[in-house]
Amino acid sequence: MAQGQMAPGIVSGRLSSDELTSNFTDLHPPLAPHEAAVAADRCYFCYDAPCVTACPTDIDIPLFMRQIQAGQPKAAGQTILEQNILGGMCARVCPTETLCEEACVRETAEGKPVEIGRLQRFATDDVMASGEHPFERASSTGKTVAVVGAGPAGLACAHRLAMLGHDVVIHESRPKPGGLNEYGIAAYKSTNDFAQAEVDWLLKIGGIAIETGSVLGETIALDGLRDNYDAIFLSIGLAGVNALRAPGADKGGVHNAVEFISDVRQASDLAQLPVGRNVVVIGGGMTAVDAAVKSRLLGAEHVTIAYRRGRDAMGASRYEQDLAASHGVRILCNVQPVAVHGNGAAAEIELEYTASHNGQLTGTGDTIRVPADQVLKAIGQTLEGAPEGLTLDGNKIAVNDQGRTSMSGVWAGGDCATGGDDLTVTAVAEGRDAAMDIHSALSA
Amino acid sequence: MADLTTNFLGISSPNPYWLASAPPTDKEYNVRRAFEAGWGGVVWKTLGAEGPPVVNVNGPRYGAIYGADRRLLGLNNIELITDRPLEINLEEMARVKADYPDRALIASLMVPCEEDAWKAILPRVAETGADGIELNFGCPHGMSERGMGSAVGQVPEYIEMVTRWCKQYYDRPVIVKLTPNITDIRKPAAAARNGGADAVSLINTINSITSVNLDTFSPEPSIDGKGSHGGYCGPAVKPIALSMVSEIARAEATHGLPISGIGGVTTWRDAAEFISLGCGTVQVCTAAMTYGFKIIDELTAGLSEWMDEKGYSSVDEVVGRAVPNVTDWQYLNLNYVAKAKIDQDQCIKCGRCYAACEDTSHQAISMSAERVFEVIDEECVACNLCVDVCPVEGCISMIPLTAGEVDPRTGKNVEPDYANWITHPNNPMAKAAE
Repeated sequence: MAQGQMAPGIVSGRLSSDELTSNFTDLHPPLAPHEAAVAADRCYFCYDAPCVTACPTDIDIPLFMRQIQAGQPKAAGQTILEQNILGGMCARVCPTETLCEEACVRETAEGKPVEIGRLQRFATDDVMASGEHPFERASSTGKTVAVVGAGPAGLACAHRLAMLGHDVVIHESRPKPGGLNEYGIAAYKSTNDFAQAEVDWLLKIGGIAIETGSVLGETIALDGLRDNYDAIFLSIGLAGVNALRAPGADKGGVHNAVEFISDVRQASDLAQLPVGRNVVVIGGGMTAVDAAVKSRLLGAEHVTIAYRRGRDAMGASRYEQDLAASHGVRILCNVQPVAVHGNGAAAEIELEYTASHNGQLTGTGDTIRVPADQVLKAIGQTLEGAPEGLTLDGNKIAVNDQGRTSMSGVWAGGDCATGGDDLTVTAVAEGRDAAMDIHSALSA
Repeated sequence: MADLTTNFLGISSPNPYWLASAPPTDKEYNVRRAFEAGWGGVVWKTLGAEGPPVVNVNGPRYGAIYGADRRLLGLNNIELITDRPLEINLEEMARVKADYPDRALIASLMVPCEEDAWKAILPRVAETGADGIELNFGCPHGMSERGMGSAVGQVPEYIEMVTRWCKQYYDRPVIVKLTPNITDIRKPAAAARNGGADAVSLINTINSITSVNLDTFSPEPSIDGKGSHGGYCGPAVKPIALSMVSEIARAEATHGLPISGIGGVTTWRDAAEFISLGCGTVQVCTAAMTYGFKIIDELTAGLSEWMDEKGYSSVDEVVGRAVPNVTDWQYLNLNYVAKAKIDQDQCIKCGRCYAACEDTSHQAISMSAERVFEVIDEECVACNLCVDVCPVEGCISMIPLTAGEVDPRTGKNVEPDYANWITHPNNPMAKAAE
């Protein structure tokens, strides 16, 4: 018997297994072949298409649309995967509403872009379903490259290097490869263990070994890697979480949103996963939206996103905000946390209204209290454990356009490095481009 | 609402929409449903001579061409004339005509090119009370291999001969249905008129193979791995039909000959176009086979609505209105100069106009880094390709230059007077206008 939404505290089993299963199905079910044909037919085959310009990986979108129209989804999939080897995951998680679909001329024309994301999924699913890997390795170069971190940037880099004939070892600290694809992406965007299926498929290129439990600075060191490999690619992500500096932040029930999301992704039985009755998520990005929506899907009665600036400043796109709202999440803007109240465990969060003067945020002194037995912090991640000797820019590893760090033989990409947004698709582009540069360096 | 009552060759029907001789008119059951739905008339599925009826294939008879979302644009068929006994068809026709005296009922006929064959069937048809006959000289598949259908329609002398027999042995209107599988449609039309035909109807279907199965390499529709050309119809053939109709409407030898227009009529607009090019009625088949008989509601209401808007009170007022504007290329005004103009407010920046012009035409559209597309008047020949490929209706228009303006492409003033190729100095045959 499910506990129900109104059970106090942080408890598991608020909803029945059936309800949970239904809640965590695909956000956007896959397109059927006829739907895909109709959807692809809407593409105008633009000249120098704006959608391609908007795609960090420069996928030739009009070409793959035409290939779907012409009845060859697998060829369409190959067009995508040539540019973006994680095109399957990107089809599911890309904020297309701020990338290709925002740039689509049909968005301009009628507010209804070609459904590029869903069509990309249709095409890449077709390739995956065939079980074949459409790329072949070049003959071996005898060179070896270490990739640190098996997230999107690392996987994309490793695949491209392997394809070019290099031997790659990926060092991954977690038990499973995939990085945020495995531990971070909203569960309702990547169902049926897609992240692992995609990694397995990617590895079919050959020439890539993954060593899990391999932690930079603990079990391995950059110097050692430099001695043993011809090149290094760092894609270590942002392992740190910004602290909530407010009295009571150490109370029970205050958690990091990324860990909460990871727990949901890794849960073998969602009914065993505890969630609060009153959940408050601090932050305004996609992590905040994911955590808030997941809380609702798990059965939380009231879920609030508390964000310190105005709605327009939120990192989450308008589409993501609407997604949260459609799941019954309340979005509270222009408030910042000042205290977590409760006797040992959180019971309420005190929020102070904010005002912005010349970009400077200040509290107005007015506060409200919102019931909160669970507080999820989604206030940003930070670089943690970057090896000594690398030049940083801000709080990221400084790299040039080709992904080269300040240290010879060491490249970096993905969220840990400068350049681009912290998106899966951007990480893939950076990993791929760094691989091409590593290849030219090793071929010189 | 404008009255759509039509009088064609003295045959009255409540609207100009007839169902063409084809599968929808093969049986009493279908025809009754059509009349109940509101169709103005039917041309009954073609009857053959007395005796064992023809047989059809027992596999696919139709093949299709689709546009977006599986919208049927073209249909091809290899069905023959009616495969039901003549006697049954005649009985049914008589019953239906008796029950629907206000509707047009035409018998379509195809018998061998022998006087006796026609002499035998015509009195039988007359007994049914049918309003007239249509001679099927058009079907390009199957029957043509036996010297009938388009095999007759491709020989003007046969057309004239058979038409004359029909006028001799039958006292009601004779319509000759023409095949488009011929070089010059005016020749068979003139032959029909010479033979005494009261009207022509066109077009019948066009020789076609809709596709090839790339697994079996059989043409479609495929019968046990083989295919035969069929007759093509539907929206895709309308432009061909309009052109052929217009040629008959304006040729000296056939001008004024009543025409029943056939070929891809799908909406009221198609019908209005056929009528404006000289058709007194239109015949519909593919649209009905695609959507069912209920489309007649849109066809009639739409035509009425348009006629009301334009102030036409009868179909006759519209018949032939566009004919005087159909001319030969040599008479087109070469002093008419237009330029494409892109409405920047409507432009969605897809760049199709640019790709089309830059790759395949006159390099007359510029593209800026901000994706602003503009016409280069110095290069634009007003070919209209940009208008045709633009996905936004009304975004690009062709604006005529006024007399006296300088055409930036030629550097010359636009002449106020009409001038055509006949008098053009580049024409070696020009009659100098000295």
